[in-house]
Amino acid sequence: MEIEDHLFRREAGRMIAVLTRVFGVHNLALAEDVVQDAFCRALEVWKLRGAPDNPSAWLMATAKRRAIDVLRRERTARTFAPELGRLLDSEWTLVPVVDELFCPPEVDDGLLRMMFSCCHPKLAEEAQLALVLNILCGFSVPEIAAAFLSSPPAIQKRLVRGKRVLAAARRLFDLTDADFAMRLSVVQRALYLLFNEGYHGASAESAVRSELCLEALRLTSILAGHRLSGTPSTLALNALMSFNAARLPARVDPSGNLTSLADQDRSRWDAALVAQGRQLLTRSANGQSISEYHVEAAIASIHTNAASAETTDWEQIVALYGALMNLRPSPVVALNRAIALGRFQGPEQGLRAISEIDDVERLASYPFYFAALGEMELQLGRREVARTHFEDARQLARSEMERRFFQERVRAC
Amino acid sequence: MSEFMFLYCGGNPPTGSPEQMQKQTQKWMAWIKDLGEKGHLKEAGHPLERSGKIVKGSPKMITDGPFAEAKDLIGGYSVVLAKDLSGAAELTAGCPILDIGGFVEVRPIMRM
Repeated sequence: MEIEDHLFRREAGRMIAVLTRVFGVHNLALAEDVVQDAFCRALEVWKLRGAPDNPSAWLMATAKRRAIDVLRRERTARTFAPELGRLLDSEWTLVPVVDELFCPPEVDDGLLRMMFSCCHPKLAEEAQLALVLNILCGFSVPEIAAAFLSSPPAIQKRLVRGKRVLAAARRLFDLTDADFAMRLSVVQRALYLLFNEGYHGASAESAVRSELCLEALRLTSILAGHRLSGTPSTLALNALMSFNAARLPARVDPSGNLTSLADQDRSRWDAALVAQGRQLLTRSANGQSISEYHVEAAIASIHTNAASAETTDWEQIVALYGALMNLRPSPVVALNRAIALGRFQGPEQGLRAISEIDDVERLASYPFYFAALGEMELQLGRREVARTHFEDARQLARSEMERRFFQERVRAC
Repeated sequence: MSEFMFLYCGGNPPTGSPEQMQKQTQKWMAWIKDLGEKGHLKEAGHPLERSGKIVKGSPKMITDGPFAEAKDLIGGYSVVLAKDLSGAAELTAGCPILDIGGFVEVRPIMRM
């Protein structure tokens, strides 16, 4: 029996989520030890005997047995989850209570509660993301540092601070809490940023980038599948990620170069993810209000519907970016609208729209701002001007892959 | 073909991120599978717990482990088939325990 890719990583999050419910969030380190122990045991046993038929269940059962040992051994020395009160003190209740928390629907609830806890409003977004990756996605400090192009000590510091905030909360976020809706939007935002970090982020290595995207997609699917958090906006976010993840295989060509949307080989888009995105987008439509994720997912769906850049419904995309500007105005959204307008009505209109962007100075370090100017100037035949813009973009490139991409554009002028 | 016992000894306890632990596990599974596919595996064998007891002498004395230095502790065994002892020793190539500071003791099994 083969082990599925990233199984340990995925199960780490599930085990931690349940174990912290049993031990209490202040005993997160203890939960992490039990998880590590389960992996050691898996390594020892599976290496010669092969993986069991249901590796996830095996790991969960191993963690549960170990948890019960720990509870018996340390119940006088430690306080465990305050919610469970005295239930862990008595042999009559200990095993049934732990059994119940380890059953699959409770595991999902635990995972969600941990997700909500990691997105504590007291924490900066970057700390929320580090916690989500560490606790729920099983990423180690060096792995997070590699994904965010940061140093391991910096990430370590961020995590220590984050875990202190988690522990200070004393209990995991309660899904029936009054500020559920508000916290849900923080969670959505964190997952959105996690996906974008993988999609547009600075990390050069493409494998790391797509892993971040797939983790964000996985967690969002869990969020969307739960009766409380599967709101229309969560479904829309899930749709958006499905569409964008579908394009991941085509973003980098076989020789490792970044490929723009217009030049991507659309046959390499993942048809199953596109279909999943469509289905989610349809299901997301039965709400009262339209979220920014609805609009972004609608834009992404138009791209995936088109056979080429030329046959894309740019008019519709311009309108949707207009709607997005109302929901979440930003210079980057305005820039994307201008680019779409350039496609729809020609480069002069596009350039005019760019010149009208408010706060355009906030794009001064954004390479794709200069790249957009370059593309439109190039279309107008002003090669020299275009070249200067692409050179500016190249200067600002955040990874080797981006740098090579802009270098190609400079050469095209 | 003769039978040999592989004793997997020592090695640092596994550490690392879940992803790295999975990679180590998969490396072992692939190595064992490869032995099997090449017809060298008589028995995949079993891992051994780290705890145990030592029974000695007369009158009988029972003590708790550990038995050897941690660096020599037997962590598991397999039974392999090879033409001769040096052929068996060559089969240990790529055994993941060699990457973590451990070793494989290769011993011919006596048969009448």
